[in-house]
Amino acid sequence: MALRPTPINPSQTPTGPTPTLPHDHLLALPRSLLPLLAGVGLAAGLHFYVGPAVGPFYAKLLIDIGIGILLANSLNLVNGLTGQFSIGHAGFMAVGGYTAAAITYYGSMRLWGSPAVHGGFLGSGELLFAGSCIAGGLVAAVAGFIVGLPSLRLRGDYLAIVTLGFGEIIRVLLQQTGDVLLTADQVRETPWWVLPTKAGGALGFTGLPYYTSLFWVYFFVTVVLIVSLRLKHSSLGRAFLSIREDEIAAEAMGIPTTRLKVTAFMLAAFFAGIGGGLFAHEIGVTLNPQDLGFQKSFDIVVMVVLGGMGSISGVTLAGGLLTVLPEILRSLADPAVAGLAAIFPISPQTQDELRQVIGSNFRMILYALALIVMMIGRPQGLFGLHEIWDFRWPGRRRSRLSARGAP
Amino acid sequence: MPKFVQTLVDGLSVGSLYALIALGYTMVYGILKFINFAHSDIFVLGAWISLAAAVGAGWSTTGQFLPVPTWLWVSLCGLTGVALLMTAAQRLIARFVHAEPDRLTAQVASAGGCHPSPRAPARGPSVLTGAVRGFLGWRGARTLTMASLAAWLPLLLYHAAGAVRAAAGPELSAAPGGVPICAAGLLSALLVLLCAVSLVGWVGFGIERLAYRPLRTAPRLNVLITAIGVSLLLQNVGQLQWVFGTQPRRMPSLLPDVTLARLAGVNIHLVDVIATGTAVILMLLLERLVFHTRVGRAMRAVSFDTRIAALMGVAVDRVISFTFVLGSSLAAAAGFLYAMKYPGLNQSAHMTWLLLGLKAFVAAVVGGIGNIRGAMLGGFLIGLIELFGAAYLSPQLRDVYVFSLLIAVLLLRPSGILGRVAVEKV
Repeated sequence: MALRPTPINPSQTPTGPTPTLPHDHLLALPRSLLPLLAGVGLAAGLHFYVGPAVGPFYAKLLIDIGIGILLANSLNLVNGLTGQFSIGHAGFMAVGGYTAAAITYYGSMRLWGSPAVHGGFLGSGELLFAGSCIAGGLVAAVAGFIVGLPSLRLRGDYLAIVTLGFGEIIRVLLQQTGDVLLTADQVRETPWWVLPTKAGGALGFTGLPYYTSLFWVYFFVTVVLIVSLRLKHSSLGRAFLSIREDEIAAEAMGIPTTRLKVTAFMLAAFFAGIGGGLFAHEIGVTLNPQDLGFQKSFDIVVMVVLGGMGSISGVTLAGGLLTVLPEILRSLADPAVAGLAAIFPISPQTQDELRQVIGSNFRMILYALALIVMMIGRPQGLFGLHEIWDFRWPGRRRSRLSARGAP
Repeated sequence: MPKFVQTLVDGLSVGSLYALIALGYTMVYGILKFINFAHSDIFVLGAWISLAAAVGAGWSTTGQFLPVPTWLWVSLCGLTGVALLMTAAQRLIARFVHAEPDRLTAQVASAGGCHPSPRAPARGPSVLTGAVRGFLGWRGARTLTMASLAAWLPLLLYHAAGAVRAAAGPELSAAPGGVPICAAGLLSALLVLLCAVSLVGWVGFGIERLAYRPLRTAPRLNVLITAIGVSLLLQNVGQLQWVFGTQPRRMPSLLPDVTLARLAGVNIHLVDVIATGTAVILMLLLERLVFHTRVGRAMRAVSFDTRIAALMGVAVDRVISFTFVLGSSLAAAAGFLYAMKYPGLNQSAHMTWLLLGLKAFVAAVVGGIGNIRGAMLGGFLIGLIELFGAAYLSPQLRDVYVFSLLIAVLLLRPSGILGRVAVEKV
């Protein structure tokens, strides 16, 4: 059975009788907070029930998926909705991550004398961490403004190059930073504005407290999803989309294209910075300039392109799937090689090589082929601009309507 | 003073490589109006193929010529045989039946079982008819002939390089004080260069044909994403164990590391002179080609306005293919020269390579993208700025200077130094 997309057309959406409560406008604000509350509830549920139930390995995988979704959705604001092409997203992640790391690490040192995790769930340490993530996001947004302003005045291709160059410059600059201060006394003696330059250099920012938990990741995922979804259907989001569809026509309609492009860019950089902060404090991650380079940026770009540029649900799906794909491929490597060896005569050495290739390079080759084939065969991505709920089974709609109309 | 001169010499020799790569970027941008992201990977491919050819020809320390595997020979001979047979069959049929080749093959195909009756509704060719037609049609034969030619050329060049190396004697690499300067070294270097250039040129042709041509009318963003995909593909296929692997390798020295001249206390090395000289010669040839030949005129016409050029009878697809081959060949030459100058090749440090290509792109933008002379100027400029910054300010921040320059140019003069200000038309 074929899936058929329905066009986005507000006049077609079924509008029931609008409830006329006496103080409707007063209830609007709390009602708009409902999705956020639901998301917080979901995050807490994941944190307290799912996380302990599935064990540390899968909990970490869930955290990775959440960060992937966050990053993919943040890039979707620029690459998808606004139609600009940024390929230095990991650079903003690095800016946010290092800012957040410096704040939690040296903040903990100043406040509590040690960088270890302080306080329990929603304790003072976690609040410092959440604040530092947001601060990282803000600094990344400022970086986005500085990078975006010159390049977004021009055509899209330049943005690609400038963002790529920016990501590399950030990486080079971070590699020049000094060693991490190890004792609280050292930290107290150093003036605070010198502290961000003590970020570990090429070795990475070591000794960070592991604050990133399922709750915080999915809390920020909720925020980015709500922001994206509401943005997509707001007038600002429509303006973004009009820039994506035809910049010249949008400008003729009186849309300040450069300003909006920079806005979208800063918003994306903000969420990427938060993602960086979450990434920095994750268990099993050493915040390292090398890991936040080109490859990471490309991973995020692939998520957005495959999911469908502009489709929030599609990008979310792709972000989750592509995060677990290496694990899937790794687990598939052994049976696949065994199967091949059963059919073809392959020497044990070649089998080892094959296993290694399927585990590492194969993923990138798959990505690359997927990008090319996708652009030639289905350039709008898996979902295009549509959301998952825009698709329906043929013949389903009438039954739903009749069900609603039944007494 | 010596430091200044040294930096100048280095800057010019690096700048000439940037200029060579930038030419490929700028030519493709001039014609297709998109950034060919895969271009820096083409450059890397050129360097690695040069390395493979030089090692295989026997210039490594073992001095052993590595023969081409048998299956390659067999399949190449098969390819050429089929191409020859098809051409011969077509010529033969055309002699007996006086008809246009294409119509002839259509007749042959329709006689092959699915002849439509006059009343039957018009249909497109069936799969079978299409296959027969494609097999017997002129285009199939020509494609095969070209493909086999394309494969033979680098192979023969490779064997020639091996023969030259063998003639020079096996004890060459083990000579004390490095390889002596000799005719064999120069000739072998030239053959390795040509081998890499021809092979990579065809890779560029294939990329354009398979990845970019289907997207000729697509939005530029899609082409850009495809280009990124091609770049990723080349990079990761190159890192496979069966291709180039991730181990660092060393380009064997085809030429000795001798000092040719001393200028103000600075040694000018043979490698620098050869790299700069080759690059300049290639650029002069390109200049000649673009501004003084028919093909060059066609290239400029397509770049000026593709649709009008097509109306005027320019074979646009062929010109674009030619541009890709040309750009890729220049990038491969730059890769060879780079490998000669900096012999340590490291595939896993792919990022530094890619950065080199990106800087070349910056050079193209700074000079005025789409402008061939601008690319040359920008290449030298970038090389000088990078090396002077590294020598006098801070060597770690050399990439930062280049990208700051890019941002400055984008802010102040987006069309570049030599570019003309383009008016965006609706």
